[in-house]
Amino acid sequence: MVVKIKAFGISRDIIGNREVAFELTGTSVGDLRNTLATQYPDLKKLKSLFIAVNQEYASDEAPLHETDEIALIPPVSGG
Amino acid sequence: MIEIIDKPIDVQKIISAASSRSGGAVNVFIGTVRNQTSSKKVTRLEYEAYEPMAVAEMNKIIQQADKQWNLTGWAVSHRVGTLHPGDVAVVIALSTAHRKESFEACQYVIDTLKQTVPIWKKEFFEDGDTCFRASIKKRQTSLTLLIR
Repeated sequence: MVVKIKAFGISRDIIGNREVAFELTGTSVGDLRNTLATQYPDLKKLKSLFIAVNQEYASDEAPLHETDEIALIPPVSGG
Repeated sequence: MIEIIDKPIDVQKIISAASSRSGGAVNVFIGTVRNQTSSKKVTRLEYEAYEPMAVAEMNKIIQQADKQWNLTGWAVSHRVGTLHPGDVAVVIALSTAHRKESFEACQYVIDTLKQTVPIWKKEFFEDGDTCFRASIKKRQTSLTLLIR
């Protein structure tokens, strides 16, 4: 399935775009994490990388659907 | 009231929004932009937010603080865009019946905000260097609680 991903902070710099769409092999957040690591190896250098699905932090076991709003959340630094 | 804005924060407005007749204390935290990071001179910061999620996460933090300290009022404002040293980046105002709770709640809200709310700052230094800052100290533990 094709998923659309929003990238923020340093993950946007690594991916080179605010939003990317790509073909995902698999159906879970964990599968997406693996695909991303292969396509963008620099993401593995981050101290943490959370994935939000429909504006909620999601675990690697969470399922993904084409219509989900998916976002990469590198280490946050608000305040 | 919870907001993310790209204009200077009206501190008095935030305090007024958090004030309540049933409260006996209003505690205010104001986070400002420091002019240096590990002895490097900062010229400006750029804050960005994943806005709807940032507001939702701030709401969760306030709800948790309300459960624990029984808030009588609250308001949180976080600024995004370009900020310079001395600018106000975040204001948290909480009211409770007594002062002790207001201090504890305010500390909890700013500490948790820094760990879980999807807002990022990029620092721009005098020497032309840039850096995304990360506050990840207790982040892992607080996020474990948030993940569904």
